[in-house]
Amino acid sequence: MTTPVIEAKALTKRYGSQVAVDRLDLTINKGEVFGLLGPNGAGKTTTILMILGLTEPTGGTIATVGFDPLHQPLEVKRRVGYLPDSVGFYDNMTGRDNLRYTARLGGIPRIAVDSRITTALERVDLVAAAERPVATYSRGMRQRLGIAEIIMRRVDVAILDEPTNGLDPQSTQEFLELIRSLKAEGMTVILSSHLLDLVQSICDRVALFSNGKIGVMGKVTDLMRDVLGATTVIQLDAEGFDTAKLEGIAGIERITRLADGSWRIDASRDVRGEVARRVIEAGANLERLSLGMATLQDVYTRFFEGKRHAA
Amino acid sequence: MQPEQKSGITAPRKGWIQSVKDGFDGFSGRTGVREGSPWTGLGAVVEREFNDNLTSTRMRMLQALVFVTGFAAAYSAIGQIKDVVGEDPFVFLKIFTVSKEPLPSFLAFLGFLIPIVAITLGFDAVNGEFNRRTMSRILAQPIYRDALLVGKFLAGLATLAVFLVALWLFMMGLGILLLGLAPAGEEILRSVLFLIAAIAYGGVWLAIAILFSIVFRSTATSALASLSLWLLFAVFWPMIASMIAGVISPIDPFDPRTQIAAFDTQQSIERLSPNTLFAETAMALLNPSTRTFGLVMMSQLQGMVRGAPLPLGQSLLLIWPQLASLIAGLVLLFTLAYIAFQRQEVRA
Repeated sequence: MTTPVIEAKALTKRYGSQVAVDRLDLTINKGEVFGLLGPNGAGKTTTILMILGLTEPTGGTIATVGFDPLHQPLEVKRRVGYLPDSVGFYDNMTGRDNLRYTARLGGIPRIAVDSRITTALERVDLVAAAERPVATYSRGMRQRLGIAEIIMRRVDVAILDEPTNGLDPQSTQEFLELIRSLKAEGMTVILSSHLLDLVQSICDRVALFSNGKIGVMGKVTDLMRDVLGATTVIQLDAEGFDTAKLEGIAGIERITRLADGSWRIDASRDVRGEVARRVIEAGANLERLSLGMATLQDVYTRFFEGKRHAA
Repeated sequence: MQPEQKSGITAPRKGWIQSVKDGFDGFSGRTGVREGSPWTGLGAVVEREFNDNLTSTRMRMLQALVFVTGFAAAYSAIGQIKDVVGEDPFVFLKIFTVSKEPLPSFLAFLGFLIPIVAITLGFDAVNGEFNRRTMSRILAQPIYRDALLVGKFLAGLATLAVFLVALWLFMMGLGILLLGLAPAGEEILRSVLFLIAAIAYGGVWLAIAILFSIVFRSTATSALASLSLWLLFAVFWPMIASMIAGVISPIDPFDPRTQIAAFDTQQSIERLSPNTLFAETAMALLNPSTRTFGLVMMSQLQGMVRGAPLPLGQSLLLIWPQLASLIAGLVLLFTLAYIAFQRQEVRA
């Protein structure tokens, strides 16, 4: 059974004459990890702020966890945690004191606060640093403290805005693990990002934003089929080969020249056998024939390329 | 499955701030009522901000400065007063008002320094949160913006009050030690009223500083704007007032009534400055023989006992408009800050 956690209909936000979000329809279900993708300024953060009731929509309706964020913001914010883009904490306070403050703002009963903070800090591996002022924290530690806040508050929905911006690869991996563990607990996670590999690996569904609209939305594999029409990417290195000889192989969608004697082949199925045969038949040197999966990066590039061409 | 909708059966509580806000929302095209108390989380905000204020380095530096100047002013004043002990029934209050070259009186120091303390407390109240990137995280907690702004203002006011009460106790103790006299009942009462006026005066400047911290996104700009305004009122306002008065009601040398009119105009303009209001309030409270701030006609002097103190009630009557204006100014400025903050976008 799918229960919608967020339902937006014709959601619109204008700043003056500039349209930030344009008649957006969006439904996010309980327990999903949902990715909001798109270039900067595409309306991702504005959408998030409207979900939280931190910004007033110019038009349209939105319901978050069954409440109206505009008129019942406390009910919404009690159930939704938010980790803003490059989150800040009070630098002169310790990590633990920062959490204590939000615990008090959130009305967590005093007797439960300390144990909940400790549990949350253990989850994000910050116990050792908990008594140090946040000024001494690295960027990754701040992000983890932000996640600890969400864990401590035991919210139903976590909204993470560009959570891995500026994190080193190892911190990013640890961060992804944390997000997976949140999902495992039944939390709905909404994250915005332009790091597409990341989104691909953890998101159940994604929405591609462009100029305040959602261009395409759905499961990553579905998007690949719909946008690319092909899910298999083959790289072919063969000196002195003419790709005209590949004509007639069923399933090849397009061939892109990467360098002299190097091509990329997009296909709807694995066509390596036939390609190899044609290369050998043509008497060329087959140097490489490797299979890679199409990535969300390809979807993204193709989608926005299409937008540009259409424009 | 449709999430269950509340159908407006639960009547939301409307506080006065909500009523004010509804009024403003009316002409800005917003509709609807927010549910839940705007004071949720207020206690936590006040506590944190108060702690932050008291432990910050800049406040400690300022407090040291004010105590040193206070001590210097009082010490030199006491040297002056000792000669006239016994001639004045309110000798204790003179610690605040008497000055001896080259130092100004303690009162003059306070009129100068209270705004600085208040500006220090408020100039980065809101834009500081944006710059530290804590604003969106804090506003995403289940509280209203009201709680954050009111909490910051109350914490600033409480810090000012603690600071001024400590200073007041310090001055009283110094007076008892150095003069060898205990303050009389009315002297204590007058100085406590003075304390309240000083807090209201500080509150006006705190509200100005917080307003600028909302209007300007850079803390340096808001600090400079507050300090410019302070400089304007502390130094240039009397000159500007006399200049404007000269234009509005020019003096005809053959008509003495134009002179009175010019003086009245100038005084009205001067009273637009919180510094003037505070100075007049303090003067009437601490110097009980103050009868008026305006011109006195010869006819009015008939039967007057020169230098005789007024009863407290009469002094209060004299400065009531000033004190009320200070508090009204505080409320007005805070309301402006409140509206500006409510309409501000969370995004930078």
